[in-house]
Amino acid sequence: MKRRSFLQSSVAFSALGLAACATTLPAHARVVVVGGGYGGATAAKYVRMLSDYQIDVVLIEPNANFVSCPISNLVIGGSKTMKDITTPYDNLDRRHGVKVVRDYVTGIDAGKKTVTVAGGASIRYDKLILSPGIDLMFDRIEGLKAASASGQILQAWKAGPETAALRKQLEQMPDGGTFAITIPEAPYRCPPGPYERASQAAHYFKQAKPKSKVLIIDANADVTSKGPLFKKFWADNYKGMVEYIPQHKVAAVDARTNTLKFEVQNDIRADVLNVLPDMRAGAIAVQAGLANVNARWCGINYLNFESTQAKDIHVVGDSIMLAPLMPKSGHMANSHGKVAAAAVVAELSGQPINPQPFLSNTCYSFVNDKLVVHVASVHQYDAKDKTYKTVPGSGGVSPAPSELEGVYAWNWAQNIWADTLG
Amino acid sequence: MKFRHSLLLAGVASLLATGAWAQSAPTPLHVRATAAMCANCHGTEGRTVEGSAIPALAGMPKDYMIRQMSAFKDGSRPATVMHQLTKGLTNEQIETIAGYYASVKR
Repeated sequence: MKRRSFLQSSVAFSALGLAACATTLPAHARVVVVGGGYGGATAAKYVRMLSDYQIDVVLIEPNANFVSCPISNLVIGGSKTMKDITTPYDNLDRRHGVKVVRDYVTGIDAGKKTVTVAGGASIRYDKLILSPGIDLMFDRIEGLKAASASGQILQAWKAGPETAALRKQLEQMPDGGTFAITIPEAPYRCPPGPYERASQAAHYFKQAKPKSKVLIIDANADVTSKGPLFKKFWADNYKGMVEYIPQHKVAAVDARTNTLKFEVQNDIRADVLNVLPDMRAGAIAVQAGLANVNARWCGINYLNFESTQAKDIHVVGDSIMLAPLMPKSGHMANSHGKVAAAAVVAELSGQPINPQPFLSNTCYSFVNDKLVVHVASVHQYDAKDKTYKTVPGSGGVSPAPSELEGVYAWNWAQNIWADTLG
Repeated sequence: MKFRHSLLLAGVASLLATGAWAQSAPTPLHVRATAAMCANCHGTEGRTVEGSAIPALAGMPKDYMIRQMSAFKDGSRPATVMHQLTKGLTNEQIETIAGYYASVKR
């Protein structure tokens, strides 16, 4: 049904293409975008907008709705609901004419320039923009795959049903219980995210079950983002409740006893375990051979986000090999999507690529239900070294948590959801 | 009709960009893509969601916006984030962004 209506619309696309043949675009130029997260949905919308709606865009996304990772920790803390972080894909089609195909991609043929979806159809592209997000490497922690599959040990790092399920586990935990979150070595998606989540759990426990504990078990040597701000807030507001444990790399989990086992140190048991394994580029990127840096991340040309492995395939979002000091964040992915969209439109219409793109990042973390801290940065393209560099003296963090930033953080979320999907 | 016109302009601009003007005269496409870097927080085309405390940029007069961005950049106007972000932008990028949003209907 879906495929048929899609094929019908491609006929309609062709008619449009003929009507607009006074341009330099090839007839029926089509961009296929894989993945409807912050990177892909933004790229899809902006290819349409920046081409003045002349390039056809097909977005392939398996989920019915966009569920935001940013703000999802507030669902775990109890001050927001799943409804608050969920946005339908309708507006991409209705307002921007993006054809949204609800399916997932099973294969990419870079030679023939086609993608194949699970439903069986093969879709031709002139340019492919891949935004597959991350793949969680459950196999790297013994016992985790089975514990994850059974729903006992959650990741909730891809916002969705597990976000609600983790909230439920915290609600069911008795007062005096222990919640433990484990953090993999950087780079991973959303550097401050685990510390925000720990803060949200503590905020909830402080009100509802004050004898409980939060353990932050980090494979890194120190808090990887906004460290002094988080640590001060924990010391001032969650004293005796939050404990930070660095340099502990999880090697195995025992789901029967809810125990973490480490490479070096003694076992730790908790009532609720939230284990974040190592991450790499989304499965389809790995399968297509695009994850060519350490077999984990996709190497790209930073000027146009084209894969260093395959022509006419552009990769955006958390799955790319980052330039120095660039975080894996939703805001960053939205920015990637725009730079890639502009480059794709330029290339398809015979225009020069912007020689001086820049990217920005603003990332807010809630330390309770109202107070927020941020980290911000600007990344300018450096033509000589072919990478992005932060500008000396720019960027930085909040001086302290504030309610004003709490207002901005929520408005940021609403505006970036509208910018990505609206 | 509108898009044909802008593509024609883009074509002219791309001819110019191949010459000595490449650095000084960004094409309409580059202008829009550069300005889009603000949209993450300030909304697509500078239009924010209703009730947003983050200000809309659509229709903001160019000179006013350049003055505000410069004041954030030199520290004379305090901010939560903008003083940190503007320090990462060139004056040319600020001018490009301000010019674009001034041209967008409120």
